[in-house]
Amino acid sequence: MKAAVLLFPGLNREGDAMRALEQASGHKPTLVWHAEHELPAGTDLVLVPGGFSYGDYLRCGAIAGRANIMDAVRAHAARGGLVVGICNGFQILCESGLLPGVLMRNRDLRFICKMQHLKVERADTPFTTAYQKGQIIKVAIAHGEGNYEADEETIRRLEGDGRVAFRYCDAQGQVGGAANPNGSTNDIAGIYSENLNVLGLMPHPENLIDPLVGGTDGRGLFDSVARFSAAA
Amino acid sequence: MLRKEPQITPALVAEHGLKPDEYQRILTLIGREPTITELGIFSAMWNEHCSYKSSRLHLRKLPTKAPWVIQGPGENAGVIDIGDGLACVFKMESHNHPSYIEPYQGAATGVGGILRDVFTMGARPIACLNLLRFGSPDHPRTRHLVSGVVAGIGGYGNSFGVPTVGGSVNFHTRYDGNILVNAMAVGIARTDSIFYAKATGVGRPIVYLGSKTGRDGIHGATMASASFEANAEEKRPTVQVGDPFSEKLLLEACLEIMGKGCVIAIQDMGAAGLTSSAVEMGAKGGLGIELDLDAIPCREEGMSAYEMMLSESQERMLMVLDPAKEAEAEAVFRKWGLDFAIVGKTTDTLRFVVKHQGEVKADLPIMELGDEAPLYDRPHVPTPPRPIIAAESVVPPRSNRDALIHLIGSPDLCSKRWVWEQYDHLILGNTVQQPGGDAAVVRIGDGPKGLAMCTDVTQRYCEADPVQGGRQAVAECWRNLTAVGATPLALTDNLNFGNPEKPDYMGQFVGCLEGIGDAARALDFPIVSGNVSLYNETQGRGILPTPSIGGVGRIDDVAKAATLAFKGAGEAILLVGQTQGWLGQSMYLWQVCGREEGAPPPVDLAAERRNGDFVRGLIAGGHVTAVHDLSDGGLAVALAEMAMAGGVGATLTATAPQQHGFLFGEDQARYLLSAKPQAVAAIEAQALAAGVPMQLIGHTGGEALTLPGESPIVIADLVNAHEAWLPAYMATAAK
Repeated sequence: MKAAVLLFPGLNREGDAMRALEQASGHKPTLVWHAEHELPAGTDLVLVPGGFSYGDYLRCGAIAGRANIMDAVRAHAARGGLVVGICNGFQILCESGLLPGVLMRNRDLRFICKMQHLKVERADTPFTTAYQKGQIIKVAIAHGEGNYEADEETIRRLEGDGRVAFRYCDAQGQVGGAANPNGSTNDIAGIYSENLNVLGLMPHPENLIDPLVGGTDGRGLFDSVARFSAAA
Repeated sequence: MLRKEPQITPALVAEHGLKPDEYQRILTLIGREPTITELGIFSAMWNEHCSYKSSRLHLRKLPTKAPWVIQGPGENAGVIDIGDGLACVFKMESHNHPSYIEPYQGAATGVGGILRDVFTMGARPIACLNLLRFGSPDHPRTRHLVSGVVAGIGGYGNSFGVPTVGGSVNFHTRYDGNILVNAMAVGIARTDSIFYAKATGVGRPIVYLGSKTGRDGIHGATMASASFEANAEEKRPTVQVGDPFSEKLLLEACLEIMGKGCVIAIQDMGAAGLTSSAVEMGAKGGLGIELDLDAIPCREEGMSAYEMMLSESQERMLMVLDPAKEAEAEAVFRKWGLDFAIVGKTTDTLRFVVKHQGEVKADLPIMELGDEAPLYDRPHVPTPPRPIIAAESVVPPRSNRDALIHLIGSPDLCSKRWVWEQYDHLILGNTVQQPGGDAAVVRIGDGPKGLAMCTDVTQRYCEADPVQGGRQAVAECWRNLTAVGATPLALTDNLNFGNPEKPDYMGQFVGCLEGIGDAARALDFPIVSGNVSLYNETQGRGILPTPSIGGVGRIDDVAKAATLAFKGAGEAILLVGQTQGWLGQSMYLWQVCGREEGAPPPVDLAAERRNGDFVRGLIAGGHVTAVHDLSDGGLAVALAEMAMAGGVGATLTATAPQQHGFLFGEDQARYLLSAKPQAVAAIEAQALAAGVPMQLIGHTGGEALTLPGESPIVIADLVNAHEAWLPAYMATAAK
């Protein structure tokens, strides 16, 4: 799998993402600077990592969403290429028009970093074939603005078309209430684009790939994309 | 337009924090009256914070060397060799006074400053820790300060991109008017790639890199060197304002140009900004410095020379570059979008010359600015000893069961989850042990090597007996590193004390340093960096003496690190060390009996060494399943912590004539271990051979913690008591 990891000034989880991608695919991803106009030839997957691009100035992801490289990413997605945005990456994908909706400030108005259970809503996309439908996984969250919101029509379409990728839940799979760490609508933790080739999620699967450091439930996402790219 | 220089009057001199005799020293040194810019420079360089005038005499007594120490105190941070061509660069620093005035920015810029001290030496930061001391929970400002400080630390560290993995939070009325915010940063560099401040080469350009200079923080260092009166609020403009995004750009740009071999000397602009960084670069290299302030990138109009020299605007570096590589460096600065400018040059005159708008605003002897700073041997009196409190003289006011539940829900002992869940403690994917244990454990790269780190001090012990308290602070830090299986290597100290012009507070400083030195020597645990914060006093009342210790240890294989959670049922619980039942200055005596009295537990350094080395050996040999060192709250609290962490109960069978003393005494040099029953005999034999006292005190299992003669406490109830206090306290409407 040829993976491209975008780098904007202020991002800080690109190393974590590259480690997860290399572990799953056996290939070192390429770091692509935001000012470039092209992605490397033959890119299968574009990953937009987490952090605080441009210091979260204006709005989270607002400046990065309008960077040079995003035209190439939009073209890649239009051709059916895979794109995943994690945390700030999810915010950047929303700002760049690749995904609908917006990430608002956490309900409790504080940054939160902790382990978080998620329900895998469907296991038939390029990002989730290594999981089971309805599986409860334990990954990490670390964000101050993870509260997903969109207008009613968009939420209806997302739910109706099965485009909710992950939902916050507790260890038993129950959603809502205290199991939702940031107040996001319908406990949404991640969503897909219309063609299911673009994924945005707030949690950090790239931090749960090592039994020594919290667990390995995060591997499934990377194994899935590696498998998909190998088969393509 | 040339501004008229203000007249130097005695009042102006006093406003600059200079005493009349110190001003006379200036007149003698330069042979004339200083300009206003020069007065500002002296006030910055000769204040307590920058010159250590009250403390340097005593700091010289500390042990700072070991075969693995590459750089001791005197540079931006300490550097130790951790093997495989790698070095660990670390330091702790305080930002106490600014955090009281403006808690978010005070704490944030404290983190920013300590990160810069580490990466200025070529090390990429891999972890942050902190030590926080707040006033009484009943004090009207406390909630606001806790909220602001925690948000500020998280806000800066999370954005910059370093995990905050450990810390300590305590409350006491003696910090009501003076909170403590001590921030520690740890970074990794290659031993052949460490960068220092010392400039070399005459006629070399001096380059300014980073954020533009503004009017924030002027006289920040002078403010930090003074006590508060009632008008602390008015000092708000002296608090610096931080931008972690700029600092992240600065980090990446600096590491990149260092990697390309562009950097000859580098110094970050911290306390006293451009003044102290420029003077240090020159003085360390035996060179003069000439600055041209017309070239300084400013974000405010019409800044005077005085303002530019004293500004403490954040996220700025000063450097001397290899002339052959200037173009390469410039390309890196542009890539990262950073302001840079050539703002001066090195000279061979040994003068510090500052020019602005065609005038010389300062012309001072560069070596003497540092060398001739006042050095005081302030009068000091030792703290009178407190009486030893025998356990049998303390009548338990309630059952041991109730006392335990009360203690683990008390402000100092309760869960600090509300705090550390606001810190990203997972970024970089190497946090093997996160907040909540004895020490944080962070893997280096893909391992297997890692570092253990922790921060400690028991201020009530220091108040009662500074020498024993100083020993204990170092010993507890050393024990915490040992308890996760690490070999303690070195420590950084942040010495927070009251007004040094008062002999009893100065006596606390001298006494604590004596204890710290004793313990550091006995445990081969040298001091490699540190910071002194004096004048922590409001309206005449000083803080408890608080010498914070930040320790770093090496773990050869993080997979073998020990944790404190009980792992399963039916295991033996072993108590290492001697227990007399020392209740003096204990949490039990304070929180349960309402008494802050007595001599603190004495520290037997030989026993600490013996017991700790024994425990470390057991961990390396894989003989034990859980390890925890004993400290605040004694045996019962440690047992509860192990049970809660593992979700596994325990039954304590050992008894003593004074059971409350046995359960809650804070005797030192002790650990709790759990081990499979078949391993116990061998462990006992090893203890005997090592001369280490050890006894079997109970077994793990069940869903409750049972103390002798008491009804069981269900773990879920323990957890509720432990987790409830802080979130409930912070959620109560703030005033």
